[in-house]
Amino acid sequence: MQPIEIDQLQQYIDAFANKEVYIHLETTNGAYASHFNKDAYNAGAFIRNAQVTYQRGKIVGAGSTYRVGLKLEIGWIYAEGVSQYELDKNNRLLMAGHDREGRLMVALQISETPFKY
Amino acid sequence: MGEHVVVIYPHPDDEAFGAAGTITTFREKGIPVTYLCGTLGEMGRNMGNPTFATRETLPEIRKAELIKACEVLDIHLEMLGYRDKTIEFESTEDVAAHLFQFLNEIKPSLVITHYPGHAVHPDHNAFGAAAIRAVEMFPAAERPTVWAQAISNTHVEELGGPDIENDVSDRISKKLETIMAHKSQADGMLKSVKEEADDIELATKQWLGVESFYTWEFN
Repeated sequence: MQPIEIDQLQQYIDAFANKEVYIHLETTNGAYASHFNKDAYNAGAFIRNAQVTYQRGKIVGAGSTYRVGLKLEIGWIYAEGVSQYELDKNNRLLMAGHDREGRLMVALQISETPFKY
Repeated sequence: MGEHVVVIYPHPDDEAFGAAGTITTFREKGIPVTYLCGTLGEMGRNMGNPTFATRETLPEIRKAELIKACEVLDIHLEMLGYRDKTIEFESTEDVAAHLFQFLNEIKPSLVITHYPGHAVHPDHNAFGAAAIRAVEMFPAAERPTVWAQAISNTHVEELGGPDIENDVSDRISKKLETIMAHKSQADGMLKSVKEEADDIELATKQWLGVESFYTWEFN
């Protein structure tokens, strides 16, 4: 993955608009958060292979991290804290944000074919 | 019936951090060890440090790391194909029956797994419970011994001290080599140790030099 170049990433997001796509959306602070810090909470969520069509998608800069919103006919998909991206060899758009130890905090991925289960 | 140890943990690297020293001592005695690894750690947060994996490349990377770690330990590996983070939502009976197929074939003398309810990660707790349920499927007289590993902060307080405490400090270089095989996961964890310690082997010894288990008591 590479640091986000907003113009190029916006083009990639546009290319998936108005198509049936599969989404992987995830956020996590790890299964050990409250084990290592009793004042912390374990919180996380993921959806793998949600099938949607978005009418418009937009990436907005927020310093070194970014927000992405995908507007659906009857809802929204939203991710905050992405900072890196990659269009992989299977033409899947991977976006993610990592903490300073390289651990994934948030991921939003878009593909025209299902993500491998 | 000869001795055979079966290790049942859900994630690639659980065997490295939890039991690599104990496994090494069994292998030194020529006792075969089989690792039934539940998942490929597909949902792990660590992507290497600096990051070299993505959510989509991580499963294959961790699979290769797992195979390498099992070569380091010289143990037989079976990958069971569950998905990281989801074991607790499967049917315990189904997972237990799946594990029993392997156990019934191997007829182990000892099973090492996580202590249900005291293993912190939901996959650990669920897979440990299924492993114990699988051992219960043997007639009582034929059951292998089970060593259950507790890692919760409260386990000594709530369960008393573990009855098996293996000092594996003499095997620490092998344990470290096993951990290093899981590069995507070890980078971050070992980096923080390295930054704080001059001698990584000494620091690791203090951190990982003892592997503790509770012998499971069946009702």
